[in-house]
Amino acid sequence: MAEHPVITPLPGTFYRKATPESANFVEVGAQVSADTVIGLIEVMKQFSELTAGKAGRLSAFLVEDGDPVEPGQVVATLDDE
Amino acid sequence: MTQGIRKLLIANRGEIAVRIIHAAKALGIPTVAACSEADVDSQAARMADEVHILGPARADKSYLNVEALLGALKTTGANAVHPGYGFLSENADFAEAVLAAGAIFVGPSPDTIRRMGDKAEARRTAQAAGVPVVPGSPGELFDVESALEAAEAVGFPLLIKASAGGGGRGIRLAENAQQLTEEFPRSQREAQAAFGNGAVYLERFISKARHIEVQVLGDGQHAVHLFERECSLQRRRQKIFEEAPSPVLSQQQRETLCASAVRLTESLGYKGAGTLEYLYDDATGEFFFIEMNTRIQVEHPVSELITGIDLVQAMLRIAGGEPLGFKQSDIQLNGAALQMRLNAEDPARDFFPSPGLVEELIWPQGEGIRVDTHLYQGYRVPPYYDSLLAKLIVHGADRAEALARARVAVRRTTLTGMASTLSLHGVLLEQNASIRRSNLYFLPAFLQ
Repeated sequence: MAEHPVITPLPGTFYRKATPESANFVEVGAQVSADTVIGLIEVMKQFSELTAGKAGRLSAFLVEDGDPVEPGQVVATLDDE
Repeated sequence: MTQGIRKLLIANRGEIAVRIIHAAKALGIPTVAACSEADVDSQAARMADEVHILGPARADKSYLNVEALLGALKTTGANAVHPGYGFLSENADFAEAVLAAGAIFVGPSPDTIRRMGDKAEARRTAQAAGVPVVPGSPGELFDVESALEAAEAVGFPLLIKASAGGGGRGIRLAENAQQLTEEFPRSQREAQAAFGNGAVYLERFISKARHIEVQVLGDGQHAVHLFERECSLQRRRQKIFEEAPSPVLSQQQRETLCASAVRLTESLGYKGAGTLEYLYDDATGEFFFIEMNTRIQVEHPVSELITGIDLVQAMLRIAGGEPLGFKQSDIQLNGAALQMRLNAEDPARDFFPSPGLVEELIWPQGEGIRVDTHLYQGYRVPPYYDSLLAKLIVHGADRAEALARARVAVRRTTLTGMASTLSLHGVLLEQNASIRRSNLYFLPAFLQ
């Protein structure tokens, strides 16, 4: 079983949900496909979706909802089974 | 005035924070830059007499955090707050909290902010002051017959809008009575489905609209205007290029428009700087009030350049209790001014944000050129806030001279380390004729 990082190419603020009231896009333990949205990156008031990039099981988030992120930072990890 | 501002807290960031510090310094007022952890090395923090950290980078934890700002007032002993634009500048509750803390809010009263922030209330206030608003049906409509009757006064083309709608949803266009007859029931059904309320109303559709706005200043008793600005070059409702005066108004139209703005401002007992936004119908020459911004605006420098009045200094003087100190007849329109916004956005990538490190930075200099900015070489533009980097502002004896100076200003600007809209302005300035002709729909079409 290998672990894959989900990396943000953008700097900004990471969000796990679309609005403060909505549910998280995904929970830890969920099966995701390459195009599953796992969060949003807000850069200068514009929002970009961050996708898993690979199929697998989402094993952990390394960044909390609302935390600042830098380009190249690992936001989450995936296990492929 | 001894009741005036002893120490000013700046509840904002970026170029406007720098602009406010300049104005305060000119008046001998000490300043406190209230900033987020991400802005500790900002130009405003470097220039201010004191720095107070509000909280983490996110705006809701810093620049929008009322408790943190009230705490900053207490800790620093500042007795006034300038809110700048954006953030809490039009938040009546914040203004009220500042007053309750015994400090001065540099802006109008909380009541005025609240009143003009409510679209329907603002429209009623304008009508009561005899200021034209976009023609619309007087109330909600429930059947085709009354819609057709109302349409006679509104005029075609018109929009059918859901009363409960917003953000552009639930809007249909009707160009004549037959289309209205067909579209009206559809609009009702849509409104019912989308908002749980089938009520709709009619509003004139202005297909060749220009955005023209009037700058006003009031001291609570008297108000004056500083003529109009035209901001028709917009992209996704964001202004990109602004100028004063508007190149299309006749002297007669200018006087009528600006007098209407002063009437409305005085009817409010308005205190501070404000802007009344109008839609100007290119086809008929009519203008209609749409809303009032009860704060300083990004494009205020063009009004300063054509009148010689420092708006931010005037705001501070008025907030400190001084009267305006000049009459309308003291304000002369001198030449023409243009402003180009430099944003950290990449025109080649559909204006995607482009924060980064400022590497090489050379600003243009010369007669009639002004640059308002918070950038310096080696500054890292953070990704957390607005993308505005700088404003290139030029003044000339007339519009042609201002445009010539704008071309020089753009050519002589060097900014590396990030993409910016500088290149867009270079291209737009070669389209002089288009800029003159342009209405609100020009830029989106041009960029296609």
